Amino acid sequence: MDVVLIALLVLLVVGSLIALELRNLLSAVIAVGVVGLGLSIVFLLLGAPDIAITQVVVEVIVVTVLIRLTGRTGRTVDAAPDRRDAVAVWLGGGVLLMLLGLMIHVLSALPRFGSGASLPAGHYLENAPAQTGASNVVTAILLDYRAYDTLGEATVILTAIVGALVVLRHTGRDVRRAPPVPRGGPPGGADDPKPAERELPPQHSAARSRDQEVQHV
Amino acid sequence: MIYPLIAVLLFVGLYGLLVKRHVVQKILGLAIVEYAVNLLLVAIGYRDGGRPPILTPGEDPAAFAAGSVDPLPQALVLTSIVIGLGVVMLLVAIAMRLHQRFGTLDTTRMNRLHG
Repeated sequence: MDVVLIALLVLLVVGSLIALELRNLLSAVIAVGVVGLGLSIVFLLLGAPDIAITQVVVEVIVVTVLIRLTGRTGRTVDAAPDRRDAVAVWLGGGVLLMLLGLMIHVLSALPRFGSGASLPAGHYLENAPAQTGASNVVTAILLDYRAYDTLGEATVILTAIVGALVVLRHTGRDVRRAPPVPRGGPPGGADDPKPAERELPPQHSAARSRDQEVQHV
Repeated sequence: MIYPLIAVLLFVGLYGLLVKRHVVQKILGLAIVEYAVNLLLVAIGYRDGGRPPILTPGEDPAAFAAGSVDPLPQALVLTSIVIGLGVVMLLVAIAMRLHQRFGTLDTTRMNRLHG
């Protein structure tokens, strides 16, 4: 069991390195897909079937979307040498070394692998089947004990969707490739706003700020 | 041996985030960091010979509570995976907009001044 787990983890590390070093982005995305699917097997070995299923579904969606992205924006990484690459490697290496020191400290403070469940876990495991009627304790936690967390998760997903829609929308956006359109519509058009109307908002705001000054005095 | 390998996976993802120039490679690096963090949390909740936290019919609840793996990190990691999906989707949307604006996804060529 431990040997299988370690072999899978080595596969994950090697697959991630391959994914980051490949020049062909389509191959890189597929390599990350392999890493994600291997990760779901690791979750299964660690006694987490719910997470394994979720990981497979999420991985398939992510790989599909990333393949669509690389298909639209080009599939190869430009290999031209850049002076900044060396700086990035040295700075990145320095940051990683610092984090390595922290990580060794943290890992040595962790309990031994496989040493057991935490205190609240005991409470959940003993009481969840009787209190909630759910035989799967993970879903009992998600939907009963910590339902507000799940509500927050749904909120985050909704926010991400709204954000993606806002970023990708077409109307009302100054797209660079489009021919420049002068402000206020095409010249001489019927819907050309009158100068008086265009002047109105600044005057209005100036008047309002004067009123505020008077009030402050 | 398990925890250090997960830490190496985390560092591989951070390396991609910090050193790689292409936006898609940075997104892949972030995804790998997410994998490593989720895996570390689930691995901490593991118990030797542990079984999934699902009660089978007719099983003694006390024996179940003594032999199951930790369900709490699993529930929270489940949330984290789905949120990671949302993050990647938002990043892909921003990357498509960047490509439309600059014609490239190489971050070193995005800082040109346009009149």
